[in-house]
Amino acid sequence: MNKLAEWQLTLPLALAFAAIFLAPLLMLVGVSFFNDDKITEPGFAQWAKFYGDPFSYKVIGDTMLLGVKTVCATILVGYPLALVYLDAPQRLQKVLIFIIVMPLLLSVVVRTFAWIVVLGREGVVNQLLLSLGIISEPLRLLQTELGLVISLTQIEMPLMLLPLISVMSRLDPNLRDASAALGASRWRTLFTVIVPLSMPGLVAGCLLVFASSTTAFISQTVIGGVRLIYLPLLIWQQSLVVFNWPFAAVVSISLLVSVLTVVSALSWLGRRSGGYVHG
Amino acid sequence: MQSTPAGRTLDVEDLTVRYGQALAVDGVTLAIEPGEVVALLGPSGCGKTTLLRVIAGFVRQAGGRVRVDGATIDHLPANQRNIGIVFQNYALFPHMTVAENVAYGLHARGMRGPEVLAQVSRFLDIVQLGGFRERLPRQLSGGQQQRVALARALAVEPSILLLDEPFAALDRNLRLDMQIEVKRLQRTLGLTTILVTHDQDEAMSVADRIAVMNRGRVEQFDTPVAIYDRPQTLFVNGFIGTTNLLNGRVAALDGGTATVALDAGATLRLPAPTGLSTGAPVMLSVRPEQLALSQVPGPESWRIERGLSLPLGAQLVHEARTTDGASLKIVEPRRASPADAARIYCMLAADAHPTLFPRST
Ligand SMILES: Nc1ncnc2c1ncn2[C@@H]1O[C@H](COP(=O)(O)OP(=O)(O)OP(=O)(O)O)[C@@H](O)[C@H]1O
Ligand SMILES: [Mg+2]
Repeated sequence: MNKLAEWQLTLPLALAFAAIFLAPLLMLVGVSFFNDDKITEPGFAQWAKFYGDPFSYKVIGDTMLLGVKTVCATILVGYPLALVYLDAPQRLQKVLIFIIVMPLLLSVVVRTFAWIVVLGREGVVNQLLLSLGIISEPLRLLQTELGLVISLTQIEMPLMLLPLISVMSRLDPNLRDASAALGASRWRTLFTVIVPLSMPGLVAGCLLVFASSTTAFISQTVIGGVRLIYLPLLIWQQSLVVFNWPFAAVVSISLLVSVLTVVSALSWLGRRSGGYVHG
Repeated sequence: MQSTPAGRTLDVEDLTVRYGQALAVDGVTLAIEPGEVVALLGPSGCGKTTLLRVIAGFVRQAGGRVRVDGATIDHLPANQRNIGIVFQNYALFPHMTVAENVAYGLHARGMRGPEVLAQVSRFLDIVQLGGFRERLPRQLSGGQQQRVALARALAVEPSILLLDEPFAALDRNLRLDMQIEVKRLQRTLGLTTILVTHDQDEAMSVADRIAVMNRGRVEQFDTPVAIYDRPQTLFVNGFIGTTNLLNGRVAALDGGTATVALDAGATLRLPAPTGLSTGAPVMLSVRPEQLALSQVPGPESWRIERGLSLPLGAQLVHEARTTDGASLKIVEPRRASPADAARIYCMLAADAHPTLFPRST
């Protein structure tokens, strides 16, 4: 009786989700099975077109690779940052957490255009490198994958850091001391104690960063430009420029499925390694 | 590997630790003999854990030295000190099995293969957890976890063993078992050991010597019997055991003996501490079992007003009040005493050794 009542409480939310997410998703699937852009003639032509074209596989591959690169970069920068945060005195932690969540507080457009200023030919990075004499010609960073990964790394950083910090700050600080007292170096402690125990946070961070960076349409287009084609750009072109909705639907479903596949693989890994927080 | 390591000496010299402005440890000096068990006893926040953390190398001292076998270890990082520590919450690695936990320090020292297995088995057998090798820490009871933590600390054959309130989380019976077990292990391994506790019974039963700490200082460092019978400061006196305090005044001084007139109405001759002068106000501290009841008045006894008498195991605890208003506790062996109601005088028992402290008025 009690159980039933609690279960019923979730009904309004479940219905709202169904109306807002499920219905459009089903419509999307439906639309993809039409041959013409007027959506009159049912068929598999759009699927055949997308999956018959080697270019599609390249775009899918590039998109997933962009996600992987961004995830790697956020780990490489974020993990040490999380360690610094944990060692910092409380007052500094407050400042750090503000800096960490800052990208979430800014509009996508603002932070993306900020990166244009930073990465451009006359931008901060080039000016600095030129004046230091490290390079003689301005580097091309805008409209390259490198520039895009750099900016996505900053933009997605909170999604990596917040789960990581929340898991790591719940670890017993005595574990580190215990490891040291047993003769382990800092590196051994890091790789045999801290990294395995922070896995749940790391995996959650990877999930969020991957899902967010592979679908970051604005950053991908504004910083990457139209020469770097990823699935979101393809969807936009097909739906709002060419008005071929069935094809756009096929690409959308492909993006959804690719991201979901990687994300579920990651979360399966995460569940296998998880659950050790709180000794 | 079966050899028992000879115990090391541990010398803490004038150690001072600051957290910001606050002094957590204030000029502590302890000279600990090889194979000795020393209990650090004191109220919460008096600096016991901090002292251990300095010895283990987790915290840097502001001043003073720590020596093991005469050599300072202050410059060594924690992972090169070879000091075993068991934390109050055990701090077992939750993602490793019992065997992996115990092997951790051996691997960290570059030991590999069968040697590790042998050592792990040896110490798991010592703590009687041979059958639990593949369990994860969270699948163990508190006492079992505590024994794994002990095995993990001991397996690397440390030169010194530090135990930070290792029994605090255990229930009474288990605590007693573990105290005996730790004592036995420490004996067979000949390990110099520091045990932090704020349980005075534990300190009394496990330790060879007790360092009573208060506000970052060691108030007295002595054997349990000496601490109990001859507390050096009022703090130690009040912190260890129960005691009766009686006000009085020095009537006369004669070499090492003071004649004290108690406000309660008796005159006692007692060994005098240094620095007393005739006429000085003093406080007499005497344990409940060092007082006796009597039915005859005399110069060395004082009149009391009897309160409740409670049987406590094999003993009787009498409550009483002196004529000057101090309350007393008197403990006697339980025996039928026909004249009990008539015993309205209190005196020092035959083997009593009360302590005099100067009193500020
Ligand atoms: N990391 C720290 N930063 C600042 N002050 C600290 C820190 N650790 C301990 N202190 C302070 O140092 C003093 C001694 O602390 P310590 O932990 O050594 O006490 P303790 O004797 O172990 O107490 P307990 O019996 O409660 O464990 C306390 O006043 C405490 O507030
Ligand atoms: Mg403590």
